[in-house]
Amino acid sequence: MSIWQTHLIVGPIVLPMAVAAAMLLFDERRRVLKGALSLGAMAAILVMALVLLQESATGATGGGDTARVYRLADWMAPFGIVLVADRLSTLMVALTSVLGACSLIFALARWDRAGPRFHALFLLLIMGVNGAFLTGDLFNLFVFFEIMLAASYGLVLHGSGERRIRAGLTYIAVNITASSLFLIGVSLIYGVTGTLNMADLAVRIPQIAADSRGLFHIGAAVLGVAFLIKCAMWPLGFWLTPAYSAASAPTAAVFAILSKVGVYVIIRLSLLLFGEGAGLSHGFGQTWIMVGGLATVAFGTAGLIGSHDLSKGAGFGVMVSSGTVLTIVGLGGTEALGGAIFYLVGSTLACGALFLLGEVLQRGREEDGLQLRAVFDDEYRDPFHDEERNEPGLVIPGAVAALGGLFLICTLMVAGLPPLAGFIGKLAMIDALIGAGGTASWVVIAFLSLSSLGAMIGLTRLGVGAIWVREEDAPPPVVGAAEFTAITGLLGACVLLAVFGGSGLLYTQHTAEWLAQPQAYVQAVLGDGQ
Amino acid sequence: MMELVLALAIGVLAASGVWLLLRPRTFQVIMGLALLSYAVNLFIVAMGRLRTGAPPVLKGDNIDPSHYTDPTPQALVLTAIVIGFALTALFLVVILAARGITGSDHVDGKEPEA
Repeated sequence: MSIWQTHLIVGPIVLPMAVAAAMLLFDERRRVLKGALSLGAMAAILVMALVLLQESATGATGGGDTARVYRLADWMAPFGIVLVADRLSTLMVALTSVLGACSLIFALARWDRAGPRFHALFLLLIMGVNGAFLTGDLFNLFVFFEIMLAASYGLVLHGSGERRIRAGLTYIAVNITASSLFLIGVSLIYGVTGTLNMADLAVRIPQIAADSRGLFHIGAAVLGVAFLIKCAMWPLGFWLTPAYSAASAPTAAVFAILSKVGVYVIIRLSLLLFGEGAGLSHGFGQTWIMVGGLATVAFGTAGLIGSHDLSKGAGFGVMVSSGTVLTIVGLGGTEALGGAIFYLVGSTLACGALFLLGEVLQRGREEDGLQLRAVFDDEYRDPFHDEERNEPGLVIPGAVAALGGLFLICTLMVAGLPPLAGFIGKLAMIDALIGAGGTASWVVIAFLSLSSLGAMIGLTRLGVGAIWVREEDAPPPVVGAAEFTAITGLLGACVLLAVFGGSGLLYTQHTAEWLAQPQAYVQAVLGDGQ
Repeated sequence: MMELVLALAIGVLAASGVWLLLRPRTFQVIMGLALLSYAVNLFIVAMGRLRTGAPPVLKGDNIDPSHYTDPTPQALVLTAIVIGFALTALFLVVILAARGITGSDHVDGKEPEA
């Protein structure tokens, strides 16, 4: 393996960090340079992510499943820190880079000028998310979580205005509290097992002494609550919709992946630590996750039907998508999980696109005057009286028709209706659940079907309101070429996911099987000594 | 004795932190978060088991690990302190901005109607 291939895993983390740091050296007014730098960085991350994905799809060395392990500073695994690129994490990194690249293109049309240091914060967010997906160590997960959250605190305030600051206040308070819970959970687990490496934990959990097992379960539960706050599980997710709908559109779109980080960690840890081999801890917390997931689906669907605003609707869509995957994780079953991972990819892209579309369609309706003062207005002329900002550049003709078409694709994806990828994921889940049988499966099938119906009703109503029933004096919707490209990119990825649905579903099914057999993961990280 | 004192300290800090966190004024919230993070930091140290007079850094040859305390929680707590401090500072800025823009230090951004 060449040196580039060896170090490829760390690329999606190091590159955005380096570019973000370099960007601070340039004056804030050199927008073109900054835009070009971050676009170039995102493109490079996208390429790296796709190469990693391709490698885990085909098997890096002669087929078969491999988790590629990257030992930072070359220390052996339980003592040093490792990055692990397996099928699930590379898929998530690829998803992040597609979503990130499209949001960035959208932001370049005008949003990046609404406040200082957008690009640096954006790249740091991408770095944190990629790190959280790739790390194989609980404490490093915390550090990457914090990088991601710190950048998101800055981004949620981007564009300023009273609504964003008020929403940001709640968002930050909730997430700092969740981080405290995260630390309590991590330290309890360390106190009991004496390790933070996820693979090493999987080895040690069956050996925990009977009198410490309760303490370990408390630690795992506290840690789980921290992640469930992040995935906005009911009743821990009331903060999500106000914060995401107040945030600027490209920020909200990329935030769609943040709640999926929580979902990812739940999938990873519950299958790695509490799978078949976990002895007495097998299946710990599964029922809670399933019930909570169902409640989230119900709450999100109700919210989607009740919302009057596309960006709020998209926020509830994010909750429905998290809730659906959580339910399946809680219910267990490899085949259903494969469908759920497929659904996760499609629905995240669609929710991101929905945030972007919502902003374009509702532009001008909300007074931009809510942005009275900048929060951090040092070295910066008032960005909101910037003439340029309201010029989207090259304008796409027939905006209403184009946006209407895109909105239709979005609705089909979020609601999970044929012929798009949302349906394939849902069908795979429901098919597996029917095969599994049992009361719980039927309850879940009922919830999933009703949530599809609810999402369709809610989104159709919102779409009719936003596209057909415009106020008399509202200007016709205008969409710039860059914005159109971004939305088309996200939805194009959804369409591709449907066209190549067979191989995509095969990949996620195989991923679920791989996750259900954590021995291979453990062996890849710890070597043959274990 | 040491265990009892530390446990009490963590308990009191965490309880005060949670209480303050649930109060309606933003300043109370930030003090609550600060106290909560102190409690968490002490808790992390406690998870490395309490020892007096045992250094966490190994020195010399022929090391007997039983003479040393576990260095990992100490490294963790350093990271946690730094991150917690930075985020509290950031939160303070947001609180000040909210106070300036909404004209109220209530967490909802407006005074409750009496």
